[in-house]
Amino acid sequence: MTSKPFPGRDWNSHPAYVSPDYRSSRLRAPSKPLQQLPDTPELHAGPHFDGNAVRQLDNDLLKNGAHDGEPLGQRIVVTGRVLDQHGQPVPDTLIEIWQANAAGRYIDRNDDNDAPLDPNFLGAGRAATDAQGRYRFYTVKPGAYPWGNHHNAWRPNHIHLSVFGPSIATRLVTQMYFAGDPLLEFDPIYLAVPAAARHRLVAEYSPDVTESGFALGYIFDIVLGGAGKTPAQT
Amino acid sequence: MSTDHGQTPSQAIGPFFAHGLIPEQYGYAFTSLAGTALASERTMGERVRIQGQVLDGEAVPVADALVEIWQADAEGRYMHPAAPPRNVEFTGFGRAGTGADPHNRFLFDTIKPGAPQTGHAPHIHVFVFMPGLLNHVSTRLYFSDETSANERDNVLQSIAAVRRNTLIALREQSDEGAVYRFDIHMQGPLETVFFDL
Repeated sequence: MTSKPFPGRDWNSHPAYVSPDYRSSRLRAPSKPLQQLPDTPELHAGPHFDGNAVRQLDNDLLKNGAHDGEPLGQRIVVTGRVLDQHGQPVPDTLIEIWQANAAGRYIDRNDDNDAPLDPNFLGAGRAATDAQGRYRFYTVKPGAYPWGNHHNAWRPNHIHLSVFGPSIATRLVTQMYFAGDPLLEFDPIYLAVPAAARHRLVAEYSPDVTESGFALGYIFDIVLGGAGKTPAQT
Repeated sequence: MSTDHGQTPSQAIGPFFAHGLIPEQYGYAFTSLAGTALASERTMGERVRIQGQVLDGEAVPVADALVEIWQADAEGRYMHPAAPPRNVEFTGFGRAGTGADPHNRFLFDTIKPGAPQTGHAPHIHVFVFMPGLLNHVSTRLYFSDETSANERDNVLQSIAAVRRNTLIALREQSDEGAVYRFDIHMQGPLETVFFDL
């Protein structure tokens, strides 16, 4: 049995657990240091979901919640690649997304934001990466919305993402933001990330991805942690 | 384009994930990838229920947490693409939201995993996501009736004795069968041991 420690997360990239400006982190973040694990094979495996978990329209939020029309809002394409730390594509892995509608309202029954629901928008989808690690979603740009963290606090436009990757150490839940959003500099969740890593959460507008006459294109690449196939660089 | 391959930072899951991640449990019109029942009638192994609460720093049960588990089958084998195929599919992966239960418990109906080939004691990987938690936490559930295996497990033994019990689920017998109770304390004197994973 090996006693080599598992490398763990890159804490220069991830937010600290306790981030006092993000109020709900105060009572919910662990207070003690994380325990290191010995490096064992099960840390290099994990639940596996690929294209078999994706049905037609699952990646098309413009259609998967439509009843008698199309959702309102700015249509967008979000695409990118899932990569490991060495820049190698992560194929056949599942990405789940969820978001507010164009008015800034979630379908969630607990969302009490006074903005309208959209009867043609669910705000949830999933897609698998292809052999090159690429994924693609169609949706509407989510609206900003107020929240109770501090006086007159508003969340920037964002899409939530959940990614599996090849192992339990590559699991990632994060949020994708939009370049140029003036709310970013006031958002304690975004600002909890070390400054040098924040740009990795911001999707860039791409004229190449934009579909003529239909939808604005955004590129968002995702780099997973965990111990990759090649030895970790230090 | 940036050429760095720094990790994409984690962010909190936010409060409104149910329609995307556990829609069937919460009654939204979308399919769930995984739910609270892991074992089918054909799955081999002892049927057990895993039950617990996620408690914040004031020991209040969290009503908007997502708990994921991943475990081996009754013979200690994990299901993944490199593993040999089985007769009966058991993904070993489950998801539960704590907001669907009046006591804000997570409840999984599964089988007790066997000991993995690595010589470790039987255990279940547990992951918690919730608003306020900027990185999800990762812990392990061990079983109170596996005393001698637990004493040989190098992960458990690497933990200070005073905190080791935070990873031991207590077996109770209910009318419906075996229940393991596993509460997850985010802070305080009973703070659960979380791993850097």
